Amino acid sequence: MTRIDTKPSGATSAVTVRGLVKHYGETRALDGVDLDVREGTVMGVLGPNGAGKTTLVRILSTLLAPDAGRATVVGYDVVRQPRQLRRVIGLTGQYASVDEKLPGWENLYLIGRLLDLSRKDARGRADELLERFSLTEAGKRPAGTYSGGMRRRLDLAASMIGRPAVLFLDEPTTGLDPRTRNEVWDEVKAMVGDGVTVLLTTQYMEEAEQLASELTVVDRGKVIANGGIEELKAKVGGRTLRIRPADPIHLRPLARALDGLGITGLAATVVDTERGSVLVPVLSDEQLTAVVAAVTARGITLSSLTTELPSLDEVFLSLTGHRASAPQDTVPTDTREEVAV
Amino acid sequence: MSARPSPTTTLNEALRATPSDTITPATAPAVTAAVGDADSRIPLRSHLRHTGALIRRNLLWIRQDPESMFDAILFPVIFTLLFVYVFGGSIGQSLGGGQEAYVQYVVPGLLAMMGMNMAQGVGTGFNTDFNSGVMDRFRSLPIGRGSVLFAKIVVELMRMLVACVVLMIVAVLVGFDITHWPGLFAAVGLATVFGSALMWVFLTLGVTMKSAQSVQAMGFLVLMPLQFGSSIFAPTASMPGWLQNFTEYNPLSSLADAARGLMVGGPVAHGLWVTLAWSVGLTALMAPVAIHKFRTKA
Repeated sequence: MTRIDTKPSGATSAVTVRGLVKHYGETRALDGVDLDVREGTVMGVLGPNGAGKTTLVRILSTLLAPDAGRATVVGYDVVRQPRQLRRVIGLTGQYASVDEKLPGWENLYLIGRLLDLSRKDARGRADELLERFSLTEAGKRPAGTYSGGMRRRLDLAASMIGRPAVLFLDEPTTGLDPRTRNEVWDEVKAMVGDGVTVLLTTQYMEEAEQLASELTVVDRGKVIANGGIEELKAKVGGRTLRIRPADPIHLRPLARALDGLGITGLAATVVDTERGSVLVPVLSDEQLTAVVAAVTARGITLSSLTTELPSLDEVFLSLTGHRASAPQDTVPTDTREEVAV
Repeated sequence: MSARPSPTTTLNEALRATPSDTITPATAPAVTAAVGDADSRIPLRSHLRHTGALIRRNLLWIRQDPESMFDAILFPVIFTLLFVYVFGGSIGQSLGGGQEAYVQYVVPGLLAMMGMNMAQGVGTGFNTDFNSGVMDRFRSLPIGRGSVLFAKIVVELMRMLVACVVLMIVAVLVGFDITHWPGLFAAVGLATVFGSALMWVFLTLGVTMKSAQSVQAMGFLVLMPLQFGSSIFAPTASMPGWLQNFTEYNPLSSLADAARGLMVGGPVAHGLWVTLAWSVGLTALMAPVAIHKFRTKA
């Protein structure tokens, strides 16, 4: 068993992927993916539904055999050394992979025993992790009665039992409300603080920015960009203005006015009714100024104006010239709607 | 470039595991022992631990949801009462007695059906379980390939033994005469052996088919003719020749005959050998398939 150092800097690569291919019939879920995750870092894999993110995680966690290419985790080959590899990874799937009929404590105890901990150690580890993920109170209740956030936390706790060197998080916050999402983010950050290497897939730029230090953008089974978060943000260049009128009645007139400016940002102007604001993508400071001028000209009072990161759609548009292959909500918590002008 | 275990390896492993696979829960450690041997990198003790932990999981399910025991408890009650009081009088006459004669005839037959009934449930239950996220977690852990399936079978065999006890209690209440206790235990043992073989068949369906409903439908289609084209409910003497030939090698019929011989007297050998041959054959064929499918599911 040899470790493969890919970074000339000398930093050890915890996950190495070379030319990975996986077909499902005609569909190329992965079409020659290369990827390196350095030890102790968090790699975000950003892409829309169907980009191949989950397939990648399933291959790396030995649930799926690749058709071509190779991949190693901490030096273990996913195909030839699955048993050793399984000992050093933790996996949290897209849908919470806990046994809903078992109480939370029993879920953790079971995993502990399956990881060859003694009864005593398995009990201790279950207590310890319930405590750490603030689930001690709920430990005796079946996991099926947990809220979405509690279930994800239990799921994260379960993947931490074996003190994994590498943790795979497949869309850890999909379907969670904003508060719960922040909770999960905090937990993930704490784990990273413990020195775990993380590969996380997400559809949200915001999540990637919160958690990852490096980013790989995938689309239709191919890597279309990779690098540091800041580097990519600079490359994308766009920002999104979130403008909130003091009186919600001005929301639609404002949106119509801004749409009429003819600013060709990275995406369309949208109204976020839930948070009472209009989102305008802008590319330059001139465009930003033009937006402010237009608002002033209409005499609309604003309660706030903030800049946000570009959405997945905007990132894609600037990197590839087309929208993310499967249209979807680009911000997890927003109910956005296109402005009908 | 595939280091997926080749089908041959899987087959070999399972063939080695076969002799002990088909025995009662008491010998479950032997099951994992056989696999531990073939799967040398996971030591035997770990195999026992994994299977034990997963058995605990399945037992906790029952504690969490006691209604899941209803089938094991109610099925023998309802079937015994139904057959004894509905057909007992008329079939009993042809047996040269009455309802009492039919009780002696049908109870060993019902015992033979226990394994079949439990096995059907294994398929549908495991299909639902298999499609849940927790299976991904199990499959990403460094545990023996068969642990999850072995544990399921052990717990189902325990359920089946409960059903057998209930059956015998109801049987005695409606007038069954236990003349030969060792024979009764031998019959239960044989039913368990065949039951575990059928469970491998249904586990294979459970991991292969898309939905629990289709597993159930498939099971019904296969088992219905086996169940009624047999000596379980009525003697085969009055059946047409071709059907008699069928019942001769129908495992359920053979199991019923052997159980009858063991419990109330009569020929045992033919039924015993046919049942054992089916049990070994089905396990040797289906256990490797089930384990392979379980491991390689996309």
